[in-house]
Amino acid sequence: MSVGAPRALASSGQKPITEILHPLSAAEEPLSVTVGGDKEVGLTNGTPVETSSPASTSSLFNRLQLDDDLEADVRDPYADSTEMRDLFVTVDDPKKHVSTMETYITYRVSTKTSRVEFDLPEYCVRRRYQDFDWLRIKLEDSQPTHLIPPLPEKFVMKGVVDRFSEEFVETRMKALDKFLKRVADHPVLSFNPHLNAFLTVKDLNKRQGLALLSKVGESVKHVAGGYKLRARPAEFCAMGEYLDTFNQKLGTIDRIAQRILKEQSEYLTELREYGGVYSSWVGSEEELRRPLEGVAGCVTTSCGALEDLGDNMSLDFLPVLREYVLYLESIKNVLRKRDQSQAEYEGRLEAAILRKQEDRTPMPLEVEKCQDKVECFNADLKADWERWQSNKRHDFKQLLTGMADRNINSYEKSQAAWESLITLLQDKQTEDKTSETN
Amino acid sequence: MMADSGSNEEVAVIGNTDITSTETESNIINTMVERGTALLRKMEINVAEAEKRTGKNTVNMQETYTVYLIETRPAETVPGGGAPAAPDTLWRRYSEFELLRTFLLVTYPYIIIPPLPEKRAEFQWHKLAADNLDPDFVERRRVGLENFLLRVASHPVVSNDKIYFLFLTEEKGWREAVLETGFQDKVDSRLKSLSAMFRVKNPDKRFTAMKQYSDELNTVISQLLRVRARVADRLYGVYKVHGNYGRVFSEWSAIEKEMGDGLQSAGHHMDTYAAQIDDILEEEEHYADQLKEYLFYTDAVRSVCKKHELIQYELEMAAQELVSKKQQREELATGTVRVFSLKGMTSKLFGTESQEQRESRLAALEQSIQEGEKTLKEKNTECKEFVQMAWQDIERFKEQKDKDLREALISYAIMQISTCKKGIQVWSNAKDCFNKM
Repeated sequence: MSVGAPRALASSGQKPITEILHPLSAAEEPLSVTVGGDKEVGLTNGTPVETSSPASTSSLFNRLQLDDDLEADVRDPYADSTEMRDLFVTVDDPKKHVSTMETYITYRVSTKTSRVEFDLPEYCVRRRYQDFDWLRIKLEDSQPTHLIPPLPEKFVMKGVVDRFSEEFVETRMKALDKFLKRVADHPVLSFNPHLNAFLTVKDLNKRQGLALLSKVGESVKHVAGGYKLRARPAEFCAMGEYLDTFNQKLGTIDRIAQRILKEQSEYLTELREYGGVYSSWVGSEEELRRPLEGVAGCVTTSCGALEDLGDNMSLDFLPVLREYVLYLESIKNVLRKRDQSQAEYEGRLEAAILRKQEDRTPMPLEVEKCQDKVECFNADLKADWERWQSNKRHDFKQLLTGMADRNINSYEKSQAAWESLITLLQDKQTEDKTSETN
Repeated sequence: MMADSGSNEEVAVIGNTDITSTETESNIINTMVERGTALLRKMEINVAEAEKRTGKNTVNMQETYTVYLIETRPAETVPGGGAPAAPDTLWRRYSEFELLRTFLLVTYPYIIIPPLPEKRAEFQWHKLAADNLDPDFVERRRVGLENFLLRVASHPVVSNDKIYFLFLTEEKGWREAVLETGFQDKVDSRLKSLSAMFRVKNPDKRFTAMKQYSDELNTVISQLLRVRARVADRLYGVYKVHGNYGRVFSEWSAIEKEMGDGLQSAGHHMDTYAAQIDDILEEEEHYADQLKEYLFYTDAVRSVCKKHELIQYELEMAAQELVSKKQQREELATGTVRVFSLKGMTSKLFGTESQEQRESRLAALEQSIQEGEKTLKEKNTECKEFVQMAWQDIERFKEQKDKDLREALISYAIMQISTCKKGIQVWSNAKDCFNKM
């Protein structure tokens, strides 16, 4: 496991992207700007950065690539970047484990990478939901200025949802896969050592044990502070408002989708009975036998198509909506933390100014540190926000076109059945007519 | 039009009005729909309009009712083109149609008389009004009444009825003409035959089977209409809820930059989708009406079968009575008592009767037997004729039913295809908008 994980790249520096010098340029400052090796929450990813040792050519090359990647990603995260990507992760192959204490599912997590931070080019480990949860917590704690993608919901009501049903496991697995891919595609998060551990370590439990302890300490640090924010910059206000409204709309869409599912389910019940009546009519008839059986058959086909539609919407549509609601909540949290860090800076600055007026000491280092912190935070957040907006647009485009496709599909199946019935009946009609005239 | 009279298209064909009885018979078997009846060859019939009227009813209270305009017009087209002649018209209300039908029912008890559209709206799904004055209901009733008239007009037997002809042509004097026929006398007997419970010893298997079939058909169509109404209700809900997407997409688009336009347009398509259901269900009502017609037809079939049963029963009774009388005669002649008679008993107890008395009794019995034989012969003939005519009509009805219901099912399938196509269209449009997001 390599230790010299490069510091967060161009986006999370003090300067905007355009002003960051090319890493291979002859300019004085190397890419990474560091404020010493202390384990400052909010700035580094938890490990000290070695700025003095020259980066190996391959890692520089990696940074170059990721640089380009970042810009490309801001435009469209899914265009052409596959060639630039050097970290590929997949979640698949769910398996059930039964032990005396509990029953749970594990998933295979496969990694392919050319990054030097990884000792091997390929990895294959098994992970359970709990492990993903651990990873997410670690990422949130170690990268508080970044937007961490959401996980599928943790708790499911026993008795309402079958945790081991194929559909549930399938849905969860897809969500976990999406989570991991989003992290792996993130220019900063993908270099997080916890991610590395998650992808490579055979037995994660020991790590988790240690992590839990440190988690407590870090969260305490977050809560403390209590500075009051004076003026939030307009763009972050806008973000907050957007999130609130968007959250509302997602909630409405969720309710509408659920209502549709309910209505469709009730319609399906009646439709099944309806088809049954046609079937029962067949017994009394002779000439009408074929058309009646045909109609009963078409109704049954339509029922099947409708059932599939409902299942798909439950499995693919609703979970993604809910994921985004969780995403919004976590983003709001990040916004709050940003506010706190700005408030802290302003508070300390004020205090320092007062003291300065008294005894003419230079600006204390800690105020400078706070300023850095805020500026880094703002930059990280802005970049992540753009990336998030872009991803969101893609995700919803996919989600909604998927919904449209499923509805189209359902109607197509039904239409095909009815059309073949007409053909059948009309053929019979011409058959009868020719036999009559003969 | 539900009754495919067909002859409206063959207006130019001058039919052979001197039809022999064999031709008449074969006319009935070949779908008479194609050849047409004498009446339909003469005139076009349609129920063109409906109007509201107010007037005083029988208990001198103001009431609002609907009248229907019946148009009749000569069937020949004007040679060399030119506008068709103006139709003769008269107004009739529903109760007059009912009167006509009752007349036909009692006058032709061996014929399956076409039914009228329902008096009150039944089997409705929630949105449709059950109000008799509702314009949609009135419109559907207008169509149903026209259908009734055309069914009668295309029936080989009933189309020739004078009272029916007057119904179409005489607005004022019609009611009196109907009452003058004295048909009311038969009404009571018909009601009796329908409600009476009697056991026939040798039922005609064909009629028994037909009655059973008509009961089954009645049950299954009732069920179908009931469930269909529930299905319609539910489908209405599904479509309408989608309309909510329209509103939320619109609201959402307001906070989006690039996604805004796509979302907004998609929302409009969702509104379009929600609106589709109104037309879809409106069209399906026609299918329901076609089913209803045959539901009501089953009542007519049942009453023909019941009438047959009554005639058969009366025949059996007449035969039985004759047998019993003959036995009595035999006993009287030979002196043996096999059949219990009060006279016989009393004469045993209180002494035998005189020769004169016996002879007078024999004579009376002889007379009664002769009358009985005459009655039996009449009843036999009546029964045979009834069976022949009724069965002919039943065969005609079966063929018509198979054809009509088959067409109804096909048109139902076509409706479903149309619904699917509309759905695909709108979702494809929405998908295009989503793709532009």
